[in-house]
Amino acid sequence: MSEPGNGTGRNGEAPLLEVQNLVVHHGQLQALDNISLRVFPGEVYAIIGANGAGKSTLMRTIAGLHSPTSGSVVFDGANVTRMRPERRATQGIAMVPEGRRLFGSLSVEENLQVGASFARRGQWTIERVYEMFGWMRERRKQPTALLSGGEQQAVAIGRALVANPRVLLLDELSLGLAPVVVQRIYGMLPQILTTGLTVLLVEQDVSQALRVASHIHCLLEGRTTLEGRPADVTADEVEAAYFGLGGAAPSEQASAPSEGSQP
Amino acid sequence: MSITPWINAIIQGVLTGGLYALFACGLSLMFGVMKVVNLAHGDLAVVAGYVAIGVVAVTHIPVLWSFLIVVPVMALLGYGLQRTVIQSALDRSVLTTLLVTFGLSIVIENGLLQFFTANSRGIGAGLSLVTGSFKIGSIHFAYLLLVIFAVAVAVLLGLQYFLSGSKYGRLIRAVADDREAAQLAGADYRHVFGIAAALAFATVGLAGIAYGMYSQLDPTTGTDTILLFAFAAVVIGGLGSLWGTLVGGVVLGVAQAIGGQINLSYEVLAGYIVFLAVLALRPQGLIARRAQS
Repeated sequence: MSEPGNGTGRNGEAPLLEVQNLVVHHGQLQALDNISLRVFPGEVYAIIGANGAGKSTLMRTIAGLHSPTSGSVVFDGANVTRMRPERRATQGIAMVPEGRRLFGSLSVEENLQVGASFARRGQWTIERVYEMFGWMRERRKQPTALLSGGEQQAVAIGRALVANPRVLLLDELSLGLAPVVVQRIYGMLPQILTTGLTVLLVEQDVSQALRVASHIHCLLEGRTTLEGRPADVTADEVEAAYFGLGGAAPSEQASAPSEGSQP
Repeated sequence: MSITPWINAIIQGVLTGGLYALFACGLSLMFGVMKVVNLAHGDLAVVAGYVAIGVVAVTHIPVLWSFLIVVPVMALLGYGLQRTVIQSALDRSVLTTLLVTFGLSIVIENGLLQFFTANSRGIGAGLSLVTGSFKIGSIHFAYLLLVIFAVAVAVLLGLQYFLSGSKYGRLIRAVADDREAAQLAGADYRHVFGIAAALAFATVGLAGIAYGMYSQLDPTTGTDTILLFAFAAVVIGGLGSLWGTLVGGVVLGVAQAIGGQINLSYEVLAGYIVFLAVLALRPQGLIARRAQS
């Protein structure tokens, strides 16, 4: 494997989102150890890893909900490491959080309206979300608690889209959903990508991630164990990186290519 | 024994309930959105009443119009206090807000004692609105209580309209549901909290003026009357429910009036007995708040 981004980034193009040497602690516990990644415009960048690998922590740090101990988050060339989450959102970083986190006392439409409250200019509107998810329009007055898990996830995605972000962070879309529903939601991804969005997603389901991603990045216990284009990695490599088997123990930097990628 | 005095007691109780709802809705809003139990709530109402007295003394505008100045002043004070003292307490823990607002209460009470003495003052004493009433059959209807009741209903309608129909009203409910998710949508929850506090304090301003007209204000009225009745109304009606404060206020008012009809010394006691009964038998209040996710 080569330098991060090299395989997927278009030549000469600057990354839209860059994470540099990120270290994050939860209290005494180190959740992320020296993570670096670069996401280029138009990419679908997937972070995979087992439970507790630090995937969600990474996403939350990028969104601004966690402060890193060291390292930085650079968005569109600007260092946003100390920027508050709501400012990052208005700059164009939107996140669909793990567990959907819809506003329970608000209706479907009100959830979308909140998402659009501080929206950037762009092509995503509530109307467009209704067009994409046909069932949503007639159920827009319902409280979200009456929706199924998959429907709630669709509302959560819609709520993020109407902000017209430049990069969309999807944290564990498949969590708690039936495989059919997961398929349907991931089936929407190409439609979302046609609007020029860049997607950074976290997924426990490796085969799903390999199917949709243009670049994968595997975490194990807070460290990078594998990174590259899905076509360039073998199933064995992924398995070893995911579970920390064989030679790909997380402490061995041999399989962590981020070392060579410092600018 | 005639039934008329009892009917009269119930009607007077219902009308007084409007005043109690006005006490309670700000407390309920602060708790519903920020989870802040504002122990300085009543003292701030007294401050608002004193401001009204001061405004009238200085500008000579009619007493009834003093709210045009008092309400915006209180709203600004609410925003300011929320963004500074209360927010910094919230950043530590919800319990810290209890200590901080309790401290605020003591500071305000002693400040008022220092500058305005312990003398009690009324607002607009002698106005026909304050003293007047009309009679249907043998039952008296005080103009003031009718007006206060109407103001309370108007305030609740206005709050409901704002919370359900406006962008910031929606954001207030969103932030109350899930602060982080609201941040991810670009909302600065501290600003949204400030707006909610401004609304709550605006109602506190009206409550202070109303009580100053209905009765007398002195530096301790805030905690020994307004805060306690507000608490009782909020708990009876249901924590965090706006219309619950009107139900709670009315139930409290009727209980007090009936107690007072039995024996004048039972008036306040009867209110608290109902309050305790609700706490014991239906702790979520008579109007339970909509289920949260």
